[in-house]
Amino acid sequence: MIEVNELTKRYGGTTAVKDLTFTVRPGRVTGFLGPNGAGKSTTLRLLIGLDRPTGGTATVDGRPFRDLPRGLRHVGALLDAHDVHGGRTARAHLTALARGNALPKSRVDHVLDEVGLASAARRRIGGFSLGMKQRLGIAAALLGDPPVLLFDEPVNGLDPEGVLWVRGLFRRLAAEGRTVFVSSHLMSEMENTADELVVIGRGRLIAAESVSDFAARGTRSSVRVRTPDTEALTALLRAEGADVRPAAADGPLMVTGLDAPAIGELAHRHRLRINELTTATASLEEAFMELTADSVEYGAEDPR
Amino acid sequence: MTAPTGPRARFHHLIAAEWTKMWSLRSTPWAFTVSVLLVVAINTNAAVADYHNWPNYPEGIRQLFVPIWAMRDAFTIGGAMVLMLAAASIGALTLVGEYSTGQIRTTFAAVPARRSVLAAKTVVVTAVTTALGAVAAVTSFAVTQAILSGHHVGLPFDYPGAARVMAASALLAPVCALVGLGLAALIRHTATTIVSLTLLLLVLPSLLNEGRYATASLLHALPQGAWAELVTVGDSPVPVAHPTTIAGSWLVYGLWALAAVVIAAVAVHHRDPAP
Repeated sequence: MIEVNELTKRYGGTTAVKDLTFTVRPGRVTGFLGPNGAGKSTTLRLLIGLDRPTGGTATVDGRPFRDLPRGLRHVGALLDAHDVHGGRTARAHLTALARGNALPKSRVDHVLDEVGLASAARRRIGGFSLGMKQRLGIAAALLGDPPVLLFDEPVNGLDPEGVLWVRGLFRRLAAEGRTVFVSSHLMSEMENTADELVVIGRGRLIAAESVSDFAARGTRSSVRVRTPDTEALTALLRAEGADVRPAAADGPLMVTGLDAPAIGELAHRHRLRINELTTATASLEEAFMELTADSVEYGAEDPR
Repeated sequence: MTAPTGPRARFHHLIAAEWTKMWSLRSTPWAFTVSVLLVVAINTNAAVADYHNWPNYPEGIRQLFVPIWAMRDAFTIGGAMVLMLAAASIGALTLVGEYSTGQIRTTFAAVPARRSVLAAKTVVVTAVTTALGAVAAVTSFAVTQAILSGHHVGLPFDYPGAARVMAASALLAPVCALVGLGLAALIRHTATTIVSLTLLLLVLPSLLNEGRYATASLLHALPQGAWAELVTVGDSPVPVAHPTTIAGSWLVYGLWALAAVVIAAVAVHHRDPAP
C-alpha cells in the first residue's frame, strides 16, 4: 500500500508537486495519469526516496522508503529505463543488484526469463534498444519479488507485442495481491490496464477514483437528439439553458447541459416529436483531456 | 502481499555488489593492466638509462648511487604520476560513472542506505587500488634493482628503508583513489572530475616552490609531496631548506584518505541525485 499525504516538492522557485494526497491499494493496477510535466515522475522519485519532500509524507507500507536499509524486497521500481551503466551486461547489472539485496542468484535468471531477455543476458546494455532497456528495468523491479511495484511510463519504446505483454504482466502482478502503480501520460494506455486512477495536473490532484467513476464524471455528457421540429426544439432547449449544436446539417442535435429524460420531458410537454434520444458517453480520453485541460504545462496555443 | 522475507542484507552483500560492478566493466582489467605496465616501464627505463650511463658516471655520483639514485630508479616521479592518475581515475569513475549514466538512481532505489553504498565502494576501491599500487611498486623495485645489480649497485628487498618505500608507493594508489571518490561525489561530472584530479594531484605540486616555507609546507601536505618524502632514503647530498618528517608524511596520507571519504559520505547522503 502506498500512502501519499499532503506531499509537496519545490525545486527552487518552481513547485513540482503541491499538497498531493492519495492512497494506492494492493490487488489492483492503479494508473497514475497526468500531462507531461504534471509531477508524476517527481512523485515517484519522492516515493522511493531519490528526492526529499519539501512538505508532507510519502510512505510504502507505512514507512518512508528512504528509512529501509535495502529496497528491492519492499518496492520494485522502474523510473527511467536509461538509468543503467551501458558498459555492463544485463546479467551483471542484475547480479550486482541481487547481491546487494541478498537475493539468490536464481532470481536473476528467473526475471531474465520473465521479461524475455534470457538470450540477451550476456550482451552489454549499451547496445540495447529502448524496448529492451524497459524490459531490463522491469526485470530489476521484479528481482526482489516485492509487494509494491512502481513503473514510470513503462510502455515507451515497447513494440505492440511488448505492450500486450506488459499489460498482462501488470494484471497478473495485481492479481497476486501486489500494489501496482503505473504512470502514463496517455489515457488510452490506462483504459486497458488500470482499475483505479490517480490523475494529477500541474502537481495537484485532479482525481483519485475507479476508472469507471472517472469516465462517468469526467465530461458533461451530451445527448444526441433527432427531431423533425429542429427549430422549435432548439429554441426550447436554449431557453432551458442547454447548449445546442447541430451535429451536421439536417442531422441530429448535440445537446449538453440537459440529460435525456429532461429533454424528453420538455419535448413531451410541448408535443414535439422525438425520433432519437441517445446519451453519448464520453470516452476516458475525452474525460481526461477535459479535466486536465487547465493544467497542461506545455500545451499548444489552441484556445478551447 | 506484505512482509518481505529472506536473509537480512548485510554490509558484505554490498561489498559483493560493488565488487561485481567494478569487475563487470571491461575498462577495469584494462586500466589495471595498462597502468601497471606503464608504471613499471617508466621506472625500468630509468634503471636502464643508469645502467648504460654507469661507466661514464664520475666518482661523486657513484658514491651517492647506493641507495639514493638506485631507489629513485625504483620509483620515479613519472611512474608515481601515472600511478596517481590511474588510481584517482579508477576511484572517481566508481562513483562518477554512476552519476553520469543515471545508474546511481537504480543503485539508490535498490539500496536506500546511501552511506552504506559509499562505504562499500570505499572498501572495494581501497582494496583494488592497494593491490594495483602493490603490484606496481613491488614489480618496479624488483625489475629496476635486478637491472642495476648488473653493476652491483642494485638494492636487495631487505635494504633498510626499502619496505617503507614500497609501502609508500603502493599506498599512494588508494590515497589518490579515495581523493578521486571524494571529488567525484562533489563534482558528479566525469570530465570535470578528472581534470580537477589532475590539477590537484599532479599539476599543483609542480607549481610549488620548495624554497619558501608556505609553499613547501603546502607541497608536503599534498599526497605527492608526502610520497616524495616517504621514498627518500639516505641523507640528502644538498641541504633541505624546509624539511618534513616521515611520520608527518604518513599522517598526510591518512588525512587525505579520511577527509575524502567523509566528504563523499556527506555529499552522497545530503545531495539528491539530479532527476
